[in-house]
Amino acid sequence: MLDDWLYLGIFTVISLFLPAAAITIAALLSPKKPDPLKTSIYECGMETVGETWIQFKPQYYVYALVYLVFDVETIFLYPWAVAYNQVGLFAVVEALLFIAILLGGLLYAWRKGALEWA
Amino acid sequence: MSFWIDPINFVIAWLKGLLESWGLQPGLVTFVMYLIGAFVTTLLAMLLVVFLIWLERKLIGRVQDRLGPNRLGPWGIFQTFADMLKIFTKEHITPDGADGVAYNLAPVISVGAVLMVWAVIPFTATVVGVDFNAGVLYLMAVGALGEMGVILAGWGSNNKYAMLAAFRAVAQLISYEVPMVLALMIPVMFTGSMSLQALVKEQDIWFIFLAPVAALIFFISSIAEVGRTPFDLVESESELVSGFNIEYSGLKFGMFYVADFLHAFTISLLFAALYLGGWRGPGAEQYPMLGFVYFALKTAVVYFIGILMRASLPRFRIDQMMDLNWKYLTPLALVLVAATAVAGKIVPAEMAGLRLVVMLALNGIIFAAADRLMTRRRSARRQVAQAPRPVAHYVQPAPTDPGD
Repeated sequence: MLDDWLYLGIFTVISLFLPAAAITIAALLSPKKPDPLKTSIYECGMETVGETWIQFKPQYYVYALVYLVFDVETIFLYPWAVAYNQVGLFAVVEALLFIAILLGGLLYAWRKGALEWA
Repeated sequence: MSFWIDPINFVIAWLKGLLESWGLQPGLVTFVMYLIGAFVTTLLAMLLVVFLIWLERKLIGRVQDRLGPNRLGPWGIFQTFADMLKIFTKEHITPDGADGVAYNLAPVISVGAVLMVWAVIPFTATVVGVDFNAGVLYLMAVGALGEMGVILAGWGSNNKYAMLAAFRAVAQLISYEVPMVLALMIPVMFTGSMSLQALVKEQDIWFIFLAPVAALIFFISSIAEVGRTPFDLVESESELVSGFNIEYSGLKFGMFYVADFLHAFTISLLFAALYLGGWRGPGAEQYPMLGFVYFALKTAVVYFIGILMRASLPRFRIDQMMDLNWKYLTPLALVLVAATAVAGKIVPAEMAGLRLVVMLALNGIIFAAADRLMTRRRSARRQVAQAPRPVAHYVQPAPTDPGD
């Protein structure tokens, strides 16, 4: 078990290292001729106006919230799914209730217009 | 164990023996073996991209009645090498005011997130990076890491287009994770384990037959996760001048495409492993390399369907894309999980034949009902769109007296 985690750890480090190494090699090989005009920011053929890090649509927050609810709740369902073959009908009914609540939440969000891209 | 039956494990055993004969401690031997294994897997995956890029250009060329790359080498197979040489020597231009850490980290994370998936994929009965007992959870966790790359790229570039595109992209990617996770739950339910090797071993009947609608949902949402046509809003050229990677150049830009191609292949691998029985096939238990061939063939079929989709479908609009996810796939997946759970308890796993028939019928009914609802919604919307509307005519201003 601990070995599994060791392998995953090594794998993570290496899979981040490989692209980083490739980019570093390319950075060493590539020409470096910075130029104020070249590095200026593009925006429809003119200088950028104002701050880039502007406020964004609240709609993104709503989607993120709905996503968060669903992702966390589905993670709760996974242990049940793993134990599905061993549990009785009662646990299945419980999970059905849980899914019904999730579905109810989705319908509520739908009804409230949280899912409209406006 | 002979070389011809299982060459990969033969080499592994030989290497292990070699390291031990040098007098290394057992713990260190494991560490070195893991290091080599991880390095070889990731390197092969990266090299595979070279081939995938050529393949995709060639296939899309054929779909569009062109030849595709055909100059360098037989069938233009060295085209990608030439492109690589070029992109390696391109200047890295960092835009003014970019957030250095985020800007440079983004391409690395994008590729790394896809490569990490390869740690848990069972390639044959005996060759698997690690038979991790929470493999499916790991897949989802690592899959979510790719979104980090996108948002970092958009945020760090100091460009409004890049940031708007990154917001849209992340909204899309996190949304499609929900039906994907739910669709993955059904194979886990049948198997009673989250290890990918166990999932493959359980598939005496491929899960695509036991849960066809879940397979379809998984396929659609994983295409959306990659951000390929028809879900390529992530890199829409016309709307967002190519999206979150607009300010990147040289190999940093190339890395996003490496991640894209590799991700498209990785989801085909996952689909083949989770729903098409992975390496399973006649004789795959005795001759593991045969399993590798089966796995490669199944993956190639899925990958080919993905390319065909990419070549033939137009792009969704963003509200359509969000609607498809939240108003169609997610409720469908929830209902499917519930219905499968009940049906699976009524028809136990021992009655395999009956279970298959019941599951197929259930999936058919659910799909037909969902399709019917979708059609009704669509025709309702079409009526709204086609209803005669009052048109605001341009009223010409009254001619003024030329004498004024």
